[in-house]
Amino acid sequence: MKNKTSFPPQEGEARPSRCPDNSAFKQQKLPAWKPQLTIATVLSSFFLIGAFCLAVGVCLVLSANSVREIQIDYSDKCSDCSKLRENSSNWNKECHCSVNFTLKEDILGDVFMYYGLQNFYQNHRRYVISRSDAQLLGRNVNIQKSYCAPFTTYRNGTPMAPCGAIANSMFNDTIDLFYNLNSSVIQVPLLRTGNSWWTDKNVKFRNPESYNLSSAFAGTARPPYWQKPVYLLDEEDERNNGYINDDFIIWMRVSAFATFRNLYRRVRRIRQFADGLPAGNYTFHISYNFPVTKFKGRKHVILSTVVWSGGSNPFLGIAYVVTGTAATLAGFVITAIHLKLRKKKTYFQK
Amino acid sequence: MALSVDSALYRWQRLGAESPSHTLSESTPLLFPLRGKSNLNLNKCRIVFPNNGRQWEDWKHASTFYSGNRIQTTKYTWFTFLPQYLFEQFHRLGNLYFFFLVVLNWFPQVEVFHREITMLPLIVVLLASMIKDAIEDYRKYRFDKMINLSKTRVYDKMIWKQHFFKETCCRCGAPDTEVQNEELEKRAKVKKRKKKNENKRVIISNLPFGSKKWKENPNRYYDSNKIKTTKYTIFTFLPKNIYDQFHRFANIYFVVIALLNFVPVVNAFQPEVSVIPICVIMAITAIKDAWEDFRRYKLDKEINHMGCYIYSREERAYVEKCWKDVRVGDFVQLQCNETIPADILLLYSSDQNGICHLETANLDGETNLKQRQVVTGFSSQNTLFEPEFFQNTIICEMPNNDLNKFKGYMEQPNHERIGFNIESLLLRGCTIRNTEAAIGIVIYAARRLETHKELDLDDEDFAKLQHFTLPPVNIERRATYKQRTMRPLRRCQSARAHFQGHTRNRSLGRRDSNQSQVAFSSTIEKDVTPDSRLLRRVREAALQTENLSPFMKTSTSFTDFFLALAICNTVLVSTATEPRQRVTVPPPIKPSGITLEKIHQMFQRLKLASLSQSFSSSQSSSDLGASFSAKNTEEHLAALDCCVNDDDCCASGRGDELQGRGSTDIGGASLDEVFKSVTNSSSPTDFCYEAESPDEAALVYAAQAYSFTLVSRTPEQVTVRLPQGTLLTFDILYTLGFDSVRKRMSVVVRHPLTKEIVVYTKGADSVIMDLLEDSAKADVSTEKRMKRIKEKTQKHLDSYARDGLRTLCIAKKVLNEDDFQKWANFRREAEAAIDNRDELLMETAQHLETKLTLLGATGIEDRLQDGVPDTIAALREAGIQIWVLTGDKQETAVNIAYSCKLLNQRDTIFTINTENKETCESLLNLTLEEARKNYEVEKPRRKFFGIIPTSFSASEAPSPKFGLVIDGQTLNIIFQGGLEEKFLALTKHCRSVLCCRSTPLQKSMVVKLIRRQLKVMTLSIGDGANDVSMIQAADVGIGISGQEGMQAVMASDFAISRFKHLKKLLLVHGHWCYARLAKMVIYFFYKNVSYVNLLFWYQFFCGFSGNTMIDYWQMIFFNLFFTSLPPLLFGVLDKDVSAETLLDLPELYKNGQNSEIYKLSTFIITMLDAFYQSLICFFVPYLTYEDSDIDVFSFGNPINTISLLTILLHQALEMRTWTLFHLVTMLGSVMFYLVFSLIYNAACVICNPPISPYWIMEKQLSDPMFYLLCLITPVIALLPRFVIFALRGTFGASLILKAQQLDKLPKAQRDLEIKKLRSRKQATSSVLPASNDDLEQNISHFCLSPFLHPAAAAVSHGDRESWGLSASEANPFRKQTPEEGYSFFNRWAEEESTAVDSSAGAVSGHYPLVPSRVTTHGQDSGKLTKDNAHNFNHGSHRRSVSAVTL
Repeated sequence: MKNKTSFPPQEGEARPSRCPDNSAFKQQKLPAWKPQLTIATVLSSFFLIGAFCLAVGVCLVLSANSVREIQIDYSDKCSDCSKLRENSSNWNKECHCSVNFTLKEDILGDVFMYYGLQNFYQNHRRYVISRSDAQLLGRNVNIQKSYCAPFTTYRNGTPMAPCGAIANSMFNDTIDLFYNLNSSVIQVPLLRTGNSWWTDKNVKFRNPESYNLSSAFAGTARPPYWQKPVYLLDEEDERNNGYINDDFIIWMRVSAFATFRNLYRRVRRIRQFADGLPAGNYTFHISYNFPVTKFKGRKHVILSTVVWSGGSNPFLGIAYVVTGTAATLAGFVITAIHLKLRKKKTYFQK
Repeated sequence: MALSVDSALYRWQRLGAESPSHTLSESTPLLFPLRGKSNLNLNKCRIVFPNNGRQWEDWKHASTFYSGNRIQTTKYTWFTFLPQYLFEQFHRLGNLYFFFLVVLNWFPQVEVFHREITMLPLIVVLLASMIKDAIEDYRKYRFDKMINLSKTRVYDKMIWKQHFFKETCCRCGAPDTEVQNEELEKRAKVKKRKKKNENKRVIISNLPFGSKKWKENPNRYYDSNKIKTTKYTIFTFLPKNIYDQFHRFANIYFVVIALLNFVPVVNAFQPEVSVIPICVIMAITAIKDAWEDFRRYKLDKEINHMGCYIYSREERAYVEKCWKDVRVGDFVQLQCNETIPADILLLYSSDQNGICHLETANLDGETNLKQRQVVTGFSSQNTLFEPEFFQNTIICEMPNNDLNKFKGYMEQPNHERIGFNIESLLLRGCTIRNTEAAIGIVIYAARRLETHKELDLDDEDFAKLQHFTLPPVNIERRATYKQRTMRPLRRCQSARAHFQGHTRNRSLGRRDSNQSQVAFSSTIEKDVTPDSRLLRRVREAALQTENLSPFMKTSTSFTDFFLALAICNTVLVSTATEPRQRVTVPPPIKPSGITLEKIHQMFQRLKLASLSQSFSSSQSSSDLGASFSAKNTEEHLAALDCCVNDDDCCASGRGDELQGRGSTDIGGASLDEVFKSVTNSSSPTDFCYEAESPDEAALVYAAQAYSFTLVSRTPEQVTVRLPQGTLLTFDILYTLGFDSVRKRMSVVVRHPLTKEIVVYTKGADSVIMDLLEDSAKADVSTEKRMKRIKEKTQKHLDSYARDGLRTLCIAKKVLNEDDFQKWANFRREAEAAIDNRDELLMETAQHLETKLTLLGATGIEDRLQDGVPDTIAALREAGIQIWVLTGDKQETAVNIAYSCKLLNQRDTIFTINTENKETCESLLNLTLEEARKNYEVEKPRRKFFGIIPTSFSASEAPSPKFGLVIDGQTLNIIFQGGLEEKFLALTKHCRSVLCCRSTPLQKSMVVKLIRRQLKVMTLSIGDGANDVSMIQAADVGIGISGQEGMQAVMASDFAISRFKHLKKLLLVHGHWCYARLAKMVIYFFYKNVSYVNLLFWYQFFCGFSGNTMIDYWQMIFFNLFFTSLPPLLFGVLDKDVSAETLLDLPELYKNGQNSEIYKLSTFIITMLDAFYQSLICFFVPYLTYEDSDIDVFSFGNPINTISLLTILLHQALEMRTWTLFHLVTMLGSVMFYLVFSLIYNAACVICNPPISPYWIMEKQLSDPMFYLLCLITPVIALLPRFVIFALRGTFGASLILKAQQLDKLPKAQRDLEIKKLRSRKQATSSVLPASNDDLEQNISHFCLSPFLHPAAAAVSHGDRESWGLSASEANPFRKQTPEEGYSFFNRWAEEESTAVDSSAGAVSGHYPLVPSRVTTHGQDSGKLTKDNAHNFNHGSHRRSVSAVTL
């Protein structure tokens, strides 16, 4: 007790009041709204929710149904190659294979080509952190301090560029699409750039500053699983080379699940492909480099369109429809209960 | 402390009693081997041999047996530290758990982490607490050492010269050389600033040392008066504050977590991120601490700069100086109403008696005045004090923490010593009152008492507080039982704890008080309405007296009685126009009176504050003439009624019943010369009386009501105005103050008319009755009459007690001059004695107070405070079982219980009073059996009605319930004899339990027993110092501030000013608190479970690698910022039901008792809901994004957002009250989350390696899918809960829901509905009185029709003995017992009586009882009985007119 606080209480008048402030906050008498669940609010909320969800759900389902998608598993189709790749000593041996498929009808609109991987745990914790964003920004950093281990340097001390497990395991199959039109084979024009996020390409990933790329990466070595150094990822396009290579950027955005797809190419809408892919026979020419049999994985190549609500996954629409139905049903049930019990209510019911 | 002293005393007495049988011969027992073997067993008894060489052998033998005086409180030694410490640590479950984890990790199959790393947390925790323990132990060791090394003098034969050690405290009789040595030593230690070993303080006047010679002043080493309560300075703030904060275990935990994250192998977060929470928490705490400290600093500054007058040599006057400049040795002049700047030795007071009044409200909260006295024997009292001539050296003890003890002496230049003690010390912080000026010398500057340090939390408190931060623990205990005492309702005797107060002021009229130290001054009931009949008689008597006055030989017994009432109190008289705070100049001409005891006796007296000029009483007649002799006046009983206006709280009432009784004629002188002519004034002056106990003031007011007005009271004189208007001025010769041993107070006065010396004694009835004049010498008729008078008085006393009044007896004694002179010499001698003054004073007092003549008896009623029965009824309706623990007499307690509706007239009351264990046990068994029998009969039916409660017709008469009355002795037996379980089993069947005559210790033991055995929440409420232990023993202690001082309040958790506020405190705030806390705790569990589970679900998809899809910052901020404020606000401001409804429907409180909100099922349901919600929050996004090119953070971001929305919306569903704050925090949380995410995701490219969520939020916000997800998922997640809520309102509407609906209704309709609801409740609750047995739902209190009538009570002989009356009249209960009081109890009482006391056998015949008191009282008491009966029937708590008998 601070015994000095109250000084001479002169006739009791001067004594400071020890009452707390009579403010609404301190007396907990703030004006308050006390919501009450009445039959009106409950029912209206149920029915409103139900109607809204049903409407949105129907839209979503319809739009998801308009998506055309073709998915081809090619991990076993090139059985020789997969066997070859099981032995890592054959890393420099080339292996090609081709996969044929037929489009029954046209795929109209923008067509996206994905590669899909199954059972590849890109989201494993140790894998996810094994990167150095500073290095990918083109800064000259000491990657020894980064999380790239064990893919930081070679034994002789040469740093890897780019370092880390994610970069090292980059998907390196090359997939080309050919359209077989009347025994003539036309290569479908595919866009290699513009597939990644604009911010990634322009902000997050930068090549080291130098007069040319090879000198910029001088003193570094390619990751062990790579067949060529990073400055040779796209020899044709300077703006798609090095760290800012779209394939590389997309790979570096680690996917959330073990089964995933990454955007690989987009169909360039020119000539006969101006409206999309016409129906007919197509062939994928694949240079098979990425081994999946070792981790019991699968590889796909996927051709798909997109709509405003995403891809072909109809789940969200179904979820809306189901929720809307459930809410409406609950509303009806509650109405029934209320009507049944209303006669019994004697008090507290307005 | 008091307890240990008591027990030691007891042991000592027992040994003393046993010792004669053992001391067989003068030689020591060891010399007689045979006998020695037989009875010298050092294990059994303690034999102490003097260590003076005579019995060297024995002493040596024995002393090896006894432990030394060395104390050791340390837990460990150097060698035992490690093993013992480890052993203790592994007693803790938490450590064992960690240990188990470590062991698990040593098995390769289950190894998760590296072994070394799993050991890390354990080792850190162990190390930290080890260091803490070691430091604590070291401190204990140092403290022990200090105590063990403190010096004492021990006789040693080997060294012939006596070896003088320094004593721990200085005494007046210490040899001169010692002091000189002290001073020499001091000078030798000039360099040392702090002198720790010195235990005396030598103070001389500062005046000889001017400013130049300051260096030579021996006072310069003492602390200055500047105070500093701040904890930190600017420079020490950071380190010290951080150190303080790391004292909290929670902070250590966070630090350990953060540290762990710095270890690469185990880091879950980035190390920097993991530091954030602890930093934020510590920063907030630091800011708070800094602010508090700054306020303390400002306060200090303010105090340090307060002014006071200090004597300055240069100016030869008192000059004003700041407090902080006050130095030890300064002379300070204090004015009235000034606060004392330092501890000052009082040297002069403007009061002629050398008394200075001070108010200690700032120190201990007591507002009454205390007296301080100028150092006894200090010569300069009569002249004005001149500091220049002060040449004494003051030697006193070093600063310590004892508020009440202080000793020292003053050495004059001629080496003469004057001792002084606490009575002369003015404590810092007190306020001077009623004294114009006081001068003193500063002894201790700043803090002698270290009051600030006392208030710092010690370790234990700290630990307790920490405990309270774990809400679930507290909530799980159900607040079912309430422990209560009736103290707030009454003021009564108290056995006060020893720790506080000033022993000098003793309250009067408290029977059992050991040390009632706390006095209080409150405005006391003034308007005493006198009983008209008694008033008439008094007037008649007065008239007669006046008529006869020339020949007056007697003062009537009436007069005597009321004179005694008026005189025999320690009161302070003041008038309304001159309140006591104002100083009045004492009248210049003062009748000198007898002055020889002036110096010694001033303690007991209170100063006259004002002297009124003229007095008159309107009804006084001027016609003096006839004579009157009051011969054997019949007993007259009066009832007067005082309307009490208690301190700050209640307009409680108090009825005084006065019974005067005639005594024999007393010869005296004529009244002529004293009777003055009456000056008439139109308005009688209004007198205010302030007394240490309200009872005293009540008595004075009562006398005033009968026109015996106490007009003034000085230490020497007391003036009373008689009904005739005559002013009678008595010289007070002596005042023998009240003490708890004598239990009485006496005043010796010289009667102005008769000039005879009269002793008026007022005291506890039991004591006074024993001291009455032995009538054996007188003739037969006188003896008979005396006996009859005594009996009748006793009867009245009993009836008073039965009515709940506090009784006092008033007696007188006439001394002749010789005897008085003899005694006065005696007394003076005693007062002059130094050694055992207290004992001598007591002896002389006892010597005087013998052979008294009974004048009358008074009964003082404590009127209940407002709204007590109402509150009790409400609390009971709320399902709280109420116990009353009181120190009152049994009858008093029972009647109070009736009057506050604690007991019902129809209740069956079991009374257990016994001193014997066997009897007690059998009584308990019998009662229990009886109670169970009734219960068994009702049980099946109850069950039936429990299923269909409404089908029962309420026609059946409500059955009586049980009440249990038990007294302190029996409680003791129960505690000692291990009968607690039976006792508790019995109390479970009882509606209410009354424990009478219980000591503070017993009160706390009862509380602890209930807490321990029944595992319920207990609440203690009390207002007196004797409730302190009980208040502290209970889970919740509530103190009522007001009448009995502040001790209860200071010991309590909550303080209220009136008992009726308990209703609101419990029913409203208790309910709210429970509802808020429970909901908030559940909500926090829910929140964390639902959020953390998101991460868990993700582990199924990332190979259980511990990866998270949410960014660390967002994850850590989620609990810290995004979702922290709304639940906090919810926990502070939510009101599920409005206060009015809660007050109107006490049943709502059961909600908390039965833990309806925080119970296992709710918890499980909430957890399941949390699981469900987290599943939805995770899997809806998962299924949406399945098989797409979504990346980790783009997946986590919607999940985080969704779960934020869900969690907040969930809370919105739970909230019953929406204020602006709620809305703002809700929206603010969401907004803050979005803004933070946007900024963070835009700004941070690589600031958070290795993975950065760069641009995620922006990207997501541009994606329609994100919005669709955020809409649907919370809806799916909360839909079930919403459905349940909706259905809950439709189907099983709980009481809370009903109450909530009630809140919505307009007021009139609401009242109507509540009435309806309550009437329904009562209809059912008459069948199901489960209101008070929430402990176990299956206990009910049914009594069947045979017990419809009031109960019988079993009485023990103990009561009878203590009353010293014939048994047939001893027990008032018996009188009330109707004939149909069933024989069971009679038989039982008989058994008990015969078992315990054979003499009771004859008595037990009375048990088949005569139904009413009418026969015993005769016609006289007829009205009384009727009135009483009336009271009882209606259970009215306001007994304004309780009894009149003539």
